[in-house]
Amino acid sequence: MREKKFIHIVDTTLRDGSHAVAHQFTEEHIKTIAKGLDDAGVEYIEVSHGDGLGGSSYNYGFSALTDEEMLKAAGEVIKRGKLTVLLLPGIGTHRELELAADCGAKAVRVATHVTEADIGEQHIRMAKEMGMEAFGFLMMVHMVPPEKVAEQALLFESYGADCVYVADSAGAMLPSDVKACIEAVVKRVKLPVGFHAHNNLGLAIANSLAALEAGATFLDATCRGLGAGAGNAQTEVLVGVLDKAGYETGINFYKIMDVAEELVEPIMQRPQVIRNASLMLGYAGVYSSFLLHTYRAAEKFGLDPRDILVELGRRKMVGGQEDMIIDVAYQLSQRKALKEGVSLGEAG
Amino acid sequence: MKVAVIGPGNIGTDLMFKILRSPYLEMGMMVGIVESEGLKRAQSMGIKTSTRGIDAVLEDDDIKIVFDATTAKAHIKHAPLLKEAGKIAIDLTPAAVGPYVIPVVNLEKLYDEPNLNMVTCGGQATVPIVYAIAQVAGAKYAEIVSAISSKSAGPGTRQNIDEFTITTAQALCELGGAKRGKAIIILNPAEPPLIMTNTIYVEVDEPDEEKIKGAVFDMIRRVQEYVPGYRLRVPPILDGNKVTTIIEVEGAGDFLPKYAGNFDIITAAAVAVAERIAARMLKGGVEREGEKVHSYSRHHIA
Repeated sequence: MREKKFIHIVDTTLRDGSHAVAHQFTEEHIKTIAKGLDDAGVEYIEVSHGDGLGGSSYNYGFSALTDEEMLKAAGEVIKRGKLTVLLLPGIGTHRELELAADCGAKAVRVATHVTEADIGEQHIRMAKEMGMEAFGFLMMVHMVPPEKVAEQALLFESYGADCVYVADSAGAMLPSDVKACIEAVVKRVKLPVGFHAHNNLGLAIANSLAALEAGATFLDATCRGLGAGAGNAQTEVLVGVLDKAGYETGINFYKIMDVAEELVEPIMQRPQVIRNASLMLGYAGVYSSFLLHTYRAAEKFGLDPRDILVELGRRKMVGGQEDMIIDVAYQLSQRKALKEGVSLGEAG
Repeated sequence: MKVAVIGPGNIGTDLMFKILRSPYLEMGMMVGIVESEGLKRAQSMGIKTSTRGIDAVLEDDDIKIVFDATTAKAHIKHAPLLKEAGKIAIDLTPAAVGPYVIPVVNLEKLYDEPNLNMVTCGGQATVPIVYAIAQVAGAKYAEIVSAISSKSAGPGTRQNIDEFTITTAQALCELGGAKRGKAIIILNPAEPPLIMTNTIYVEVDEPDEEKIKGAVFDMIRRVQEYVPGYRLRVPPILDGNKVTTIIEVEGAGDFLPKYAGNFDIITAAAVAVAERIAARMLKGGVEREGEKVHSYSRHHIA
């Protein structure tokens, strides 16, 4: 029998999943889930604020724990897997990366908007100098043609990255889009290529499979799909699907299902389903992390969250621009007030 | 007052255009270390140029103020030479040899400094608001998000983006008066390019809406004296002790396009610093309390 092709899985329940719990993971959550993932055989276990190291803020939400507390908690229980962190240059800096390395992080994913890989050069080089595995992670790839993604992936390769990721951060891509994008990248770069899915259009697993068929060898997933927007590819589902499709992940199927059901599900604040606003994220191509912030702004300004998301999509906002949700909500509420003939009496 | 610009790149050229319009400053010299487009442009506009770098500037005793738009590494070499020659250095690099200056916040305390650092574009755009709010309501914490168009972020910014976040955060505390600070920068590649926007969050001690709004509106008018395109997008919104304000900065379009408000605010602030120093030196004494120096922009928007 032919040997099964090995697919590397990065479980990001404790990073992308952080968005879905408004960054309120406790030390106990992190310890139990990281230990469960490690025991199940997950190779990369990503732990960070949803917006990466240094993400705790007004703009993205303050986390219950500091970066150091989160990483130390996970570091204590991870024995086989690699403690992985996310860094968005412009939000986190080399200072947080050094701290993460001190706390035992073995891999870092340096994430930039799909056209801005060069702002991550210093961090990729620094990670390599510190002996870490370094991933270049291109976000919001649906906004540009596949050739542009490949060009930026090449930049990450030139900085010394070990792997380059293509992220459908808005969950806006169809399997055919994913295939074209991954193919373009695989053709140009020598590095292994990964794919990060969001389920806003209900396609996270299908898109992950399409990525593998196009030559990707790394995939992201979260238990119960816990993540920004409608969540990510569901780890336990992906493990089952990949097994059926003839791939090897090194993850024990029963054990990962148990982690999802016994450890992750009880701490979920709401079911990870595709509600209307998350569907709009995928449809309008808006960064998935905007979801909960948009609900809050819609309530504060008395608006339909879908109107805010459509306007954000029209303005081509990129990952990290959560502040523009307030900007859009304010402008829409002013327009609405004008229509209704009410003056809010604001200056400026 | 005769001034010189070292570094004929985008920033240096934009500075030159602003200096040429200033009633207080005379564009004495533009220098670089190699022949370049920037030097040719200056020359064609009748300005003295040199490829001998700082040496040419040091030889001219009439030059009193020198703008350094090179790199941090170069400025560290230039700073002691300029000081020795008795010239005031206005540093637009991240070198930060001298203290940070924001014209509307702390220039008055720094008139005797030989070297002033212009912080960052985000610092020039946001520290005034944090300072205004801190004065009337206290600031336990300040956090800013600056979004600039990808086209307006040069290789220097890109290769060392951490410099921006760290320096700006420091200025929010040191100059803005916040106890803790955080800065975030976002590059957005949208076409047509987006105007620079800055969101300023402050955790205040006393959420007095009237006082906060008054202080912010007043500060915006003061910054507009040297950056006419500095505008409010969202007035202070209070949510418990959190105050959110959003500002946009449209450039004057002197040399760089209007969307590049990030360049404009730092060059305009540098020229405003030089004008105020020049006005004070020309008067040979301390500026009288409450008297404002009219900057070039006033003459032009009038």
